[in-house]
Amino acid sequence: MKPTSAAFSDNARRALHDATLQQALAKAGVGFVEKRRAALSDLPEFAALREAGREIKDHTLANLDHYLLRFEQQVQASGGEVHWVDTPAEACAAVLDICTRAGAKRVAKGKSMVGEEIAINDALEAAGLDVVETDLGEYIIQIAHEPPSHIIAPAVHKTRQQIADLFENLHHQPDLTRPLETVPQIVDEARQILRDTFLSADVGITGANFLIAETGSTVIVTNEGNGDLSATLPRVHIVLASIEKVVPTLEDASVLLRLLARSATGQEITSYTTFFTGPRRGEDVDGPEQFHVILVDNGRSRMLGGAYHEMLRCIRCGACLNHCPVYSAVGGHAYGWVYPGPMGAVLTPLMVGLDEGRPLPNASTLCGRCEEVCPMSIPLPQLLREHRRQEFERKLAPPRSRWALAVWAFSAQRPRLYRWASRLGSLLLNKSSRGRGRFRSLPFAEGWTAARDLPAPQGDTFMAQWQRRKPHD
Amino acid sequence: MTDRRTVILARISQALGHAAAADAPAVLQRVNDHARGPQPQWAEAPRERFLAKLAKVAGTHAELASEAEIVGAVADYLAAQTLPQRLCVAPHPLLADVVWPQGWQVAHRRAQGDDRIGLAVAFCGIAETGSLMLLSGPDSPTSLNFLPDDFICLLPEDRIVPRMEDAWALLRAERGSLPRATNIITGPSRTADVEQTIQLGAHGPRRLHVLLKGGRHA
Ligand code: SF4
Repeated sequence: MKPTSAAFSDNARRALHDATLQQALAKAGVGFVEKRRAALSDLPEFAALREAGREIKDHTLANLDHYLLRFEQQVQASGGEVHWVDTPAEACAAVLDICTRAGAKRVAKGKSMVGEEIAINDALEAAGLDVVETDLGEYIIQIAHEPPSHIIAPAVHKTRQQIADLFENLHHQPDLTRPLETVPQIVDEARQILRDTFLSADVGITGANFLIAETGSTVIVTNEGNGDLSATLPRVHIVLASIEKVVPTLEDASVLLRLLARSATGQEITSYTTFFTGPRRGEDVDGPEQFHVILVDNGRSRMLGGAYHEMLRCIRCGACLNHCPVYSAVGGHAYGWVYPGPMGAVLTPLMVGLDEGRPLPNASTLCGRCEEVCPMSIPLPQLLREHRRQEFERKLAPPRSRWALAVWAFSAQRPRLYRWASRLGSLLLNKSSRGRGRFRSLPFAEGWTAARDLPAPQGDTFMAQWQRRKPHD
Repeated sequence: MTDRRTVILARISQALGHAAAADAPAVLQRVNDHARGPQPQWAEAPRERFLAKLAKVAGTHAELASEAEIVGAVADYLAAQTLPQRLCVAPHPLLADVVWPQGWQVAHRRAQGDDRIGLAVAFCGIAETGSLMLLSGPDSPTSLNFLPDDFICLLPEDRIVPRMEDAWALLRAERGSLPRATNIITGPSRTADVEQTIQLGAHGPRRLHVLLKGGRHA
């Protein structure tokens, strides 16, 4: 999809005024947070697992080339093929090539964030293939022609009524008068419609939560069972996976699985955790004849060893989204690309360019909740600050904020001037709030005061108080 | 396409400051050690833990003293759910000698789109999470685990291991390598994609019923 991240502030404003969206977001937010909290309190070993998970990823990233080669070897040994691709265009071309050689017409697709990243559906549809998303949330947004708004709950922004209307318009047949109101009725409708997709598809595409170097397996973690049907019934199974998904062993995956399910949905484990290793074996009575893994780089090898290295530990659990005050207020679409929330604000500028993604690292209060809840201990606020620093260095920030920051830097390096100026500012602000202690609006700061109040400074500046109170030694 | 594999690997190796090798010593050691991470602890016996966790994810179970009780347990389940006596059964040795009642339609094959009820045998159970592990193969078609509305799974009691890591150890000891599909199944299929409301039976089975068989495993 074409990113619209540059328009974040317009997107966000629209989202804040969208009553239906606000209703959907309110419903979702608390649920995720509460379920995760309960799951963590049930597992005293969580902190130890978190440490271990971080060690696993750090070790793997430090030996990434070795493990990828090992993984490739094992996939080939089990009869599968590995395709290395650098860009989204190359990834789409590789998938399309496999589909064409297989004479495929219909593709059943399981949920894949890498698939969103490379816009695989657009590419396959442009080539005349019939692509059907089979994860219920992905199916809903596919028929609504929208991108996902959450990395694990893609249709979290839709209300039941909106979903029922979508189904009504698309599936409606004159002789069919199924009631479509309750959640069971809606889920059942999708089950009936998508059954036929699984049974008639030539190719199944799934994502991968992990790749296992030891065995050459690809792992998916789902609740619906659609990924397994997509990987079992069609003739060809294609796995879309990015290079940082590899881990050494089945034991390592077991550690990360305990962290993933709890952080994502508050489950101890999802309904289905599946390890795929190669195509159907000689004696098997079902399963695909071909097994392909598309190994996607798309900027990741360039992150390795650099300022954003730690982001490569991300296991896409979504906890940082669920706990982010900005995400909770505006939803995922405002971020304008496939990855929203704090992890999206770090990844989007790296994947679509800092020019397009520029507003995202700035649309954060750096409150630090994301880092607190991240099962992989990724220092998200620090990475966001790094984007801001780079933006400033490359002179991408708008002139007014560059000018303001330059003035601040100039005076901050001159302590006397700084103290004098901040005292003056504080006094002026205090006087002009006329004793109410809050500002409803301030000239030059409408961006801040439009949605919140600015507390007026109380008493002296911090520096003045510090001077007065610091222990005299 | 120029050789992307070379380009990507070169970029990674350069960032890491070493040459890529599938048999690098650090890697070989890690892959062969199978070191376990922190292991969650609990007080109950594996069997009790398994059943408690199974119930928590909306799975049901029946207890069988031996293979001889399989037919009765399946019949009870079908009656309780008012289901037709039409089964798709995995061609598994533990189910081969079962004599199904006259009049039942029983097919021993992979599942098809209109199969309502599937019966298979788990490789093992995992107590920590109340999960079943099934391994694809001629005696356990994967389609059976996912297509039918009702999935009934036989699990010999002595095949319950404490944790996922124990299941891997068992798998390595008995099979050597992984089959095409290793399914860890925990309760029936579910979705929360409509207003975050949990609904069972999204695409996979609507119900999961475990036949927990006592006695020694053949
Ligand atoms: S950054 Fe951390 S919390 Fe956010 S999705 Fe990734 S692993 Fe989860």
